[in-house]
Amino acid sequence: MGKNYWITDKPIQVNDCIAKVIRPKAGAIDTFIGTVREFTKGKRTLYLEYQAYAEMAEKKLAQIGDEINEKWQDTETAIVHRIGRLEISDIAVVIAVSTPHRNDAFEASRYAIERIKEIVPIWKKEHWEDGTKWIGDQKEKTSYQEKLPTEEEMSDD
Amino acid sequence: MIDVLFFAELQETVGNEKVSMEADGMTVKALKEKLSAAYDLSLDHAMIAINQEYAAEDAMITNGDVVAFIPPVSGG
Repeated sequence: MGKNYWITDKPIQVNDCIAKVIRPKAGAIDTFIGTVREFTKGKRTLYLEYQAYAEMAEKKLAQIGDEINEKWQDTETAIVHRIGRLEISDIAVVIAVSTPHRNDAFEASRYAIERIKEIVPIWKKEHWEDGTKWIGDQKEKTSYQEKLPTEEEMSDD
Repeated sequence: MIDVLFFAELQETVGNEKVSMEADGMTVKALKEKLSAAYDLSLDHAMIAINQEYAAEDAMITNGDVVAFIPPVSGG
């Protein structure tokens, strides 16, 4: 039912994503869940705000699924990303990949989250106690005042 | 006319998520320069998508296109 790659403004149900990739040929489903972290290098996040170019983001998520299918054999991938205001520990993204054998599923889900951070038009805005900032805007990374995070602190791994 | 979409920090700077304008026959590079000047934007790090596909600097824009400025992404 429905598509395998989608953007939602509602809380994510992990099982909705997993259900998309369950199939008899699979012997493994690897699930990655990205959640909102409270502290990044000692700096407290109050909440995050995500924005997406939703139609294009869904296309790019599907492209990642196609890339996975080229790199590993016989995969089925589903990815959902949430937008809007997210509180600490809320789920921002879920990736599920099913494959016949476990190693491919582990590798492919790792690949998917790295590619999301490269090509999918989704942005997050940090809301701290002392300010806000859209993350990923590299040109601004050199201009932080002392109270704001350093470039290293902003990197999101 | 084309529609130009802005996101994240660019959207806040422009004050609009969408702007309609004449740009038939312009390259991506020329449109970037025009909008940089008009809105005092720094678009050096922004990628461009034409009709939801990433486009190169020398790509040509035609009437009816939807052009989006994509600042460095930070999903996940």
